Amino acid sequence: MTDEPHFFDEMRKADNAPRAPYQGFNNWFSGEDISRLQRKSREAEQFFRKTGITFNVYGSGEADERLIPFDIVPRIISAQEWARLTKGIEQRVRAINAFLYDIYHRQEILRAGRIPTELIARNEAFLPLMIGVAPPGGIYTHIVGVDLVRTGEDDFFVLEDNARTPSGVSYMLENRETMLQMFPELFSKIKVQQVSDYPTRLRRSLCAAAPPATTGKPVVAVLTPGLHNSAYFEHSFLADHMGAELVEGHDCRVVDGRIAMRTTRGYQPIDVLYRRVDDDFLDPLNFNPDSMLGIPGIMDVYRSGGITIANAPGTGIADDKAIYSYMPDIVEFYTGEKAILKNVPTWRCSEPDALAYVLDHLDELVVKEVHGSGGYGMLVGPAASKRELSAFRAKLTARPGNYIAQPTLALSTCPILTKAGLAPRHVDLRPFVLVSPEKVDITPGGLTRVALKKGSLVVNSSQGGGTKDTWVLGE
Amino acid sequence: MLGKTAGGIFWMFRYLERSENTARLIEAGFRIALTRPDSAQDEWASVLQSASVRDLYDQHHDDYDASQVVNFLLRDKANPSSVLSAFEAARNNARMVRTALTQEVWEAVNESWMQLTDALRRPVREADLPEALGLIRRHSALVRGATHGTMLRNDVFDFARVGTFLERADNTARILDVKYYVLLPSITQIGSSLDNVQWETILRSVAGQRSYRWLHGTDISPRGIAEFLILDSRMPRSLAFCVSKMSGNLGYLQSQYCEDCPSFARMQVLRDQLKETEIDHVFEMGLHEFIIGFLRDNADLAAQIEEDFRFNG
Repeated sequence: MTDEPHFFDEMRKADNAPRAPYQGFNNWFSGEDISRLQRKSREAEQFFRKTGITFNVYGSGEADERLIPFDIVPRIISAQEWARLTKGIEQRVRAINAFLYDIYHRQEILRAGRIPTELIARNEAFLPLMIGVAPPGGIYTHIVGVDLVRTGEDDFFVLEDNARTPSGVSYMLENRETMLQMFPELFSKIKVQQVSDYPTRLRRSLCAAAPPATTGKPVVAVLTPGLHNSAYFEHSFLADHMGAELVEGHDCRVVDGRIAMRTTRGYQPIDVLYRRVDDDFLDPLNFNPDSMLGIPGIMDVYRSGGITIANAPGTGIADDKAIYSYMPDIVEFYTGEKAILKNVPTWRCSEPDALAYVLDHLDELVVKEVHGSGGYGMLVGPAASKRELSAFRAKLTARPGNYIAQPTLALSTCPILTKAGLAPRHVDLRPFVLVSPEKVDITPGGLTRVALKKGSLVVNSSQGGGTKDTWVLGE
Repeated sequence: MLGKTAGGIFWMFRYLERSENTARLIEAGFRIALTRPDSAQDEWASVLQSASVRDLYDQHHDDYDASQVVNFLLRDKANPSSVLSAFEAARNNARMVRTALTQEVWEAVNESWMQLTDALRRPVREADLPEALGLIRRHSALVRGATHGTMLRNDVFDFARVGTFLERADNTARILDVKYYVLLPSITQIGSSLDNVQWETILRSVAGQRSYRWLHGTDISPRGIAEFLILDSRMPRSLAFCVSKMSGNLGYLQSQYCEDCPSFARMQVLRDQLKETEIDHVFEMGLHEFIIGFLRDNADLAAQIEEDFRFNG
């Protein structure tokens, strides 16, 4: 027992008494019959299947619609904790937008020598086509998902910024919906802040950044790669709840200098496009010519102010993992303040000293691909076999610039309901942030991802992670 | 509304109707096979023909063995009109147009698809067939009920209805066409046992045996059946009924889109022709020719709707 690393438990203190935010939940839970809860938990699965809350897994053939496992024990955050987090998130997101504007205009931060020029110039996520382009309302990242992890009472770290097309918000909403259906009594006992108006907030936020060409009420559409995309459910969910059209590339074309969608009455212009298609595929005329998912010519319309694209093309330069390590400098450079939210210490393997350290301590570190996502292509040192370590060592030596490394964090745990009762599992948190010319709007809640396997630190749904309802308590 | 969405709704409801009709055809075939084992093989062949999949079936199989035919019609992925394929196509369209459906309709389709996929996971044994067919019927009714009970009566609903009746008219006409020769007065002997089998199949395929008896007692005649399925506007699967429903919904679409839709003009021609038709004229011009003409007009109408409302571009 003594060798086991200590993890911060979000529900219970060392003496097994509940932490303050979990007090109400704990009272309810201790009066509940475990077998009833387990039955409820199975019902939840049926509910998800029936509603069609599934995601498609690439390359899994027949059974290609899967559920993300849902755990019924909520992840609870107090109003005070949340207030602190939101201050830090808002600061960070404002800095990211300022950084993007700067990088695509005067590049002051490079001139000041705060970030090495080659990190931008040679970065695939940097879009030269965006240089000098002023996005409508000055907004680059309309929707940001900031991934946070916790290691102690007051220790939150930003694990990564998702500034391209953060996904998972439909789970935040459906998880709450499911909890409300299954345990209505909980919500009458405990004051939990609402998340259900997120789609309305999203629509309002998007409309506030409508392009100059808009006449009348802005027309919003969601651009999806289509039925077979892993996040299709979310795309249709958001379109549905925002009252927006769900379009694919082939439904749209350039008409009179605008992007227009083919309706039963002919082509009608779109003002704001919430796109869930990557930069590369957005415009076959300007980017990947083989793309069937995009809209030919949309970049030209965009540059002339005919449409708002959310998020703006080229925002990937801000959530690139190599840039991540400079975030504290970036926040300071643009806001003049110290970053409120901490970064995880990061070794940039492109730097020889850092590389040497990482190679020496490979079995203690988490190594990630600079451009990777979804938990693919990463190494969790302490969990890796000798063979995996040596294979990774070879990859790392061959292309050091492709990797960063971080210490293996002692991620906090929150209990899940297992056959044997409650058991702690590691969690992270992705709050969803909306940015408009008017304000930064953070919905009180988010997506809590949980590693269902005992001891595992990988929470990605594509790697066997599950989700929880996330509660932010009322004041 | 997006053209693609209108098309998706239209096809979703066509596929739902098709899956239900295929199930009815199986039911009719099964019934005949049980009660008249001697003519079973011929019956199954004509059931396949009514479902317009006989050529496809012949490419895969050498005889009309009952369990093989049933499997092909019920759950074979190689058959796009099988109950399972059609229902899956309907559900895929529903996923595509989810933003245009109420939660209840979507859930009804999705849940039905889950249950049917599960029930038809393995070939259905003869003893379990009635239950499986009953399940399909109940789920079709569930989706229909959710549609009627919760959908806004706007253009989305109209596209759904037009799709339903276009498909249904097509199906009824095909059933008639496959059996047209038994309905010709010249070659039928009223009361012969062979003909009774044939007539019963026809009526069962359209769930009309009971209704027919209400209207005509036990006086089952080819002329009566043809009139019942072509011209009787009380019969919900007759051509006249389908056409009158389509013309109502296309009329609403026209009034909302306030243009002279070519599809509505086509619709009117079809409706007026049918209105002026008497059953004796049908037999005079030739039942087969009449049905072939109807199927062609119906298909042309579908193509025109697709164009008028920009389903595909």
